[in-house]
Amino acid sequence: MRAFSYQRAQSPAEAAATAQRMPGARFIAGGTNLLDLMKLEIEKPLHLIDVNGLALDKIEAIDGGGLRIGALVRNTDLAADQRVRRDYAVLSRALLAGASAQLRNKATTAGNLLQRTRCPYFYDTNQPCNKRQPGSGCSAIGGYSRNHAILGASESCIATHPSDMAVAMQLLDATVETVRPNGATRTIPIADFHRLPGSTPHVEHALMPGELITAVTLPKPLGGAHVYRKVRDRASYAFALVSVAVVVLPDGSGRVALGGVAHKPWRVPAADASMPQGAKAVAEQLLAGAKPSAESAFKIPLIQRTLASVLADVKKG
Amino acid sequence: MNDLSDISLSRRNLLIAGALSAATPAVPLMAAEEHTATPPPTLSKFSITVNGKQQTLEVDTRTTLLDVLREHLHLTGTKKGCDHGQCGACTVHVNGRRINSCLTLAVMHDGDKVTTIEGLGTPTQLHPMQAAFVKHDGYQCGYCTPGQICSAVAAVDEIRQGIPSHVSVDLNAKPLLNEAELRERMSGNICRCGAYSNIIDAITEVAGRTA
Repeated sequence: MRAFSYQRAQSPAEAAATAQRMPGARFIAGGTNLLDLMKLEIEKPLHLIDVNGLALDKIEAIDGGGLRIGALVRNTDLAADQRVRRDYAVLSRALLAGASAQLRNKATTAGNLLQRTRCPYFYDTNQPCNKRQPGSGCSAIGGYSRNHAILGASESCIATHPSDMAVAMQLLDATVETVRPNGATRTIPIADFHRLPGSTPHVEHALMPGELITAVTLPKPLGGAHVYRKVRDRASYAFALVSVAVVVLPDGSGRVALGGVAHKPWRVPAADASMPQGAKAVAEQLLAGAKPSAESAFKIPLIQRTLASVLADVKKG
Repeated sequence: MNDLSDISLSRRNLLIAGALSAATPAVPLMAAEEHTATPPPTLSKFSITVNGKQQTLEVDTRTTLLDVLREHLHLTGTKKGCDHGQCGACTVHVNGRRINSCLTLAVMHDGDKVTTIEGLGTPTQLHPMQAAFVKHDGYQCGYCTPGQICSAVAAVDEIRQGIPSHVSVDLNAKPLLNEAELRERMSGNICRCGAYSNIIDAITEVAGRTA
């Protein structure tokens, strides 16, 4: 690990201003992803701003319905919150499907959104990777690509976003609240938060330099049946091959999002609109334009069948 | 003899020549490194209570909690397995919750209370979970065992607190205490010897007693 200087943040605005001013500064919260990458020298911050002391660890009800989840709320606490379990079950389920209990006890809501891909070439510093070293090339294209993106990828990058939580946040139309280095705040709809790789796969989200996430808000509860179904190589403690998140309302309408298939959680308005027509129609909309490699082609039938299974289970009640 | 000394001389000269030729390109390389140079190691001070004993330490900011426990406080019960949060051998309790001590910086724990395997029980007064691991033979080589035991104690506590898991059928009901729940909750602790079924037996016995 490279040496770095360290400070504890005093306020969100001060942290953001410092992050913009100090070259090579990064925020650290749970640290479960950042420190892993620092040990491998994939991340090489010169200065760490520890935000754990900021009072951003509450889950509060919002007037008119909805929840404001502090950026530092740990994954365990978010999954176990009575309101989340009752009203946003798909979010609890997504969180509980991710990582291990030890990691969920440390990992934060904001950090989970910002975690980096687990593409093996991103992790292997001996291999070209446009995300790690812009312009060096993509080793996954034509390489080992079994668990890579089949949707929204580019000639520069076929990495996937690894988060389960973010898929549920996408489904629930969450909003990301931030503070900028000048002290101004803004809100970013989750749909605009993560980016597709295009020609700049190292730019993964909409945050500006120094901008700090302070909370993620959920609109008022949707009701209906909530399911998060994750398919992986082992029963626990593994990243998704694919995941399917749905909310199905009593009249058969609803929402659907996919994980493990793209550089961001995958949601398509036309797929939501076709929910009353059933799994086949929904899968067709979600997978329109899919370009799998020979190794990742299995994800297409896997999504079709997982979606069919999820919707059949919801129907059974 | 002369022949031998000639050989040793020529070998020595060869080494010198090699070192010189290696040094020539090394100069611009080092200059390039310095351009994106990392700062010199920074020391940072913090206080931490480990197994009831408060300590004030000054360490390189890069030091993980795991390395502070093992290398600075000589509490070598906590093990370094993968050092990347994948195996769980480094599991300790911080403020009552289990975490991977390899994936957190020591300086981030100013004021925190840490319990390691040494703080759970002693050889003469075992924690019930330690006694149950012995009774049920919940290990072979023993390397993962301190992490397994710290994790198991916390897992039972999490069930008691009503924290749901991936396999909980009803999110809003009190989680059950069964094998599927324990296996899921212990999935962050890898045992390469494969003592899993005995580990589950040990935890089941303790959890049954305290639930």
